[in-house]
Amino acid sequence: MNKQIFHDTAKDLSFKPNWMFNRLIIYGILIIWAFICLFPIYWTITTTFKAAPDVMKGNIIPWWDFTPKWLGLKSLGLSPNTIFVENTVREEFLKRFWNSTIIAFSSSTIAVALGSCTAYGLSRFSYRFGFMRNSDISFFFLSQLILPPVVLALPFLVLYKELALLDTRIGLIALYTLTVLPIVIWIMRDQFGSIPVELEEAALVDGLSLWKAFITIILPIALPGIIAAFIISLVLTWNEYFFAALLTSSHAKTLPVMVASQTGSQGIAWWSMAALSFAAILPLVIIGIILEKFIIKGMAAGAVK
Amino acid sequence: MSLSEGNYLHIVMPDQISLRRRNFGRFIIWGSAIFLILTVLLQSLDQTNFLTFGFENWRPTLYAYLLWAFCLCLGQVILYGEQGKRRLFILPAVLFVISVVIFPLIFALGIAFSSWNLSSPDGRQFNGLANVYQMWADPFYWNALKNMIYYTLAILVEYVIAFGLALLLNTQIKARKFFRVAFLMPLMLSPVAVSWMIGKSMLEARFGPISRLARELGWENPSFFGSHEMARSVIMMMDAWTFIPLMMIMILAGLQAIPKEMHEAADVDGAPPWKKFWEITFPLMLPVSITAILIRIIFKLKLADIIINVTSGGPGGATDSVTSFIFREYRDRSNVGYGTFLAIFYLIIIVILMTILIKIADKWMKPRY
Repeated sequence: MNKQIFHDTAKDLSFKPNWMFNRLIIYGILIIWAFICLFPIYWTITTTFKAAPDVMKGNIIPWWDFTPKWLGLKSLGLSPNTIFVENTVREEFLKRFWNSTIIAFSSSTIAVALGSCTAYGLSRFSYRFGFMRNSDISFFFLSQLILPPVVLALPFLVLYKELALLDTRIGLIALYTLTVLPIVIWIMRDQFGSIPVELEEAALVDGLSLWKAFITIILPIALPGIIAAFIISLVLTWNEYFFAALLTSSHAKTLPVMVASQTGSQGIAWWSMAALSFAAILPLVIIGIILEKFIIKGMAAGAVK
Repeated sequence: MSLSEGNYLHIVMPDQISLRRRNFGRFIIWGSAIFLILTVLLQSLDQTNFLTFGFENWRPTLYAYLLWAFCLCLGQVILYGEQGKRRLFILPAVLFVISVVIFPLIFALGIAFSSWNLSSPDGRQFNGLANVYQMWADPFYWNALKNMIYYTLAILVEYVIAFGLALLLNTQIKARKFFRVAFLMPLMLSPVAVSWMIGKSMLEARFGPISRLARELGWENPSFFGSHEMARSVIMMMDAWTFIPLMMIMILAGLQAIPKEMHEAADVDGAPPWKKFWEITFPLMLPVSITAILIRIIFKLKLADIIINVTSGGPGGATDSVTSFIFREYRDRSNVGYGTFLAIFYLIIIVILMTILIKIADKWMKPRY
């Protein structure tokens, strides 16, 4: 290698156009994929405002090839001229929406509370339950993730029937808590593992009790992880369909079950389905846009060690 | 999956627990336990019409169980003091998981070997191995299992796409936040809503925008759920669409954790980009990749919502996943016994395969530097 180091080879000279070309391809792919991700959402929003001829002609861009009408929101009783009028569909919709909200929030809260304590305990103390040590207990919790919902669904159907918990919110909350608990523990264990033990040691020396140190010192530090775990739980529980479809019938039915039951019964009245689907995804779309940072943090937890 | 030992909090607290306190602790634990056993006993007697107390349901047992669980937690603190407070961190979750997983699983084993049709008045009848024979001869169940293999194999393609996107997002680009949010969006959407948005409207044969595009491109009569292969691949694509963000974000996190010096060193050595990828990025990403793929497999094995709502298994069971098949088995025939057996069998297969996979993965996890 006697070559001069700072010598413009042909490769270096061709660098600039190459770089431009690369940029072009990168942005091209990124924009195409962003389009693939966003178009269905855009399609749903616009279809909410389309009349039958617009649907059949396949018009896509509002005000340019079709005039938006309030059809979709009207079918839900949420358009400007129907919002103050009694409307059974709207009441049904709001009831389902409220059910979903309560169930998703309560089960996420319980899961985060239980999961944080467990993750903290597992990251700080060494336990021994019979033959089970800490790593076994961790594995016991995380292995719940593998359990497919279908295994629990039918036994729970029968059990809930006996316990008179069928078609109640509490029944669903308990099950949903179970489904997200392993994920919460996974995220929180990672979070607590990154907090130095010296913090509690200092707090304990200063005379705080164990639980007080946990609540007043450790939890605030772990807040980003808690928010991440909470939001991911929220996403999973809000969207859950399988258990809700099996275990609820009229009282505790959630929004996804309502959406599913309306599919196919509408013919070309796409606007009402579009409005319903849009309403079902809207809360999470907003959460996704605002709290994207936390979701990504939560999902990345545990991936990198 | 293991935590580094020795990072634990070591505290020694002087605990003087008086005999009275100890007795009280024992009393509430055993007292509530006896109360629970009594309730169960009374209820079972009531159930078998041996004695009548007029219980409407098993709620009393549930309440007695909750009381016992509460007393057990409280008793730990009373009996063991500081040591008990430590147990309190994980005891509630352990009790919760045991009561909603282990107990129903044992119960499920009981159901699995019986013929139980919820819509028939006969109730539950033990039928031994009849469900096994029925499963053995059920072509639709084996078909669903075969489909699960196809669906799982599709993860490799998803992985490649996710890796590519993560690599692109990791380069110096403008508006990275916008792209990240946009790419994340599909994961936030409810699968049921997605089934309508994409499966039922965008792929609709006459008016859907994708069908229109297909016709523009010269496909005369686009039908996405007509042939077996087509329907299966469409379901795969919809599922991939929802879950690629999950893998992408995990891989992106891994990419960002790679120290810059590695690439700089390779640049100094004059390594071409593809070699840099194969010799540095990819090997370093192996652990993250395996974690991402394992998690994706776990989610894939639960695949059902989209299938139930878009094709309900059709055409001819070509798109059926095990979960959606059992769902219909229950929905159409209320056949709890057989359905539970199929589910338990599925669980056993999954546990065996996942254990093998994790064992293999553990071997690969050691990155080759």
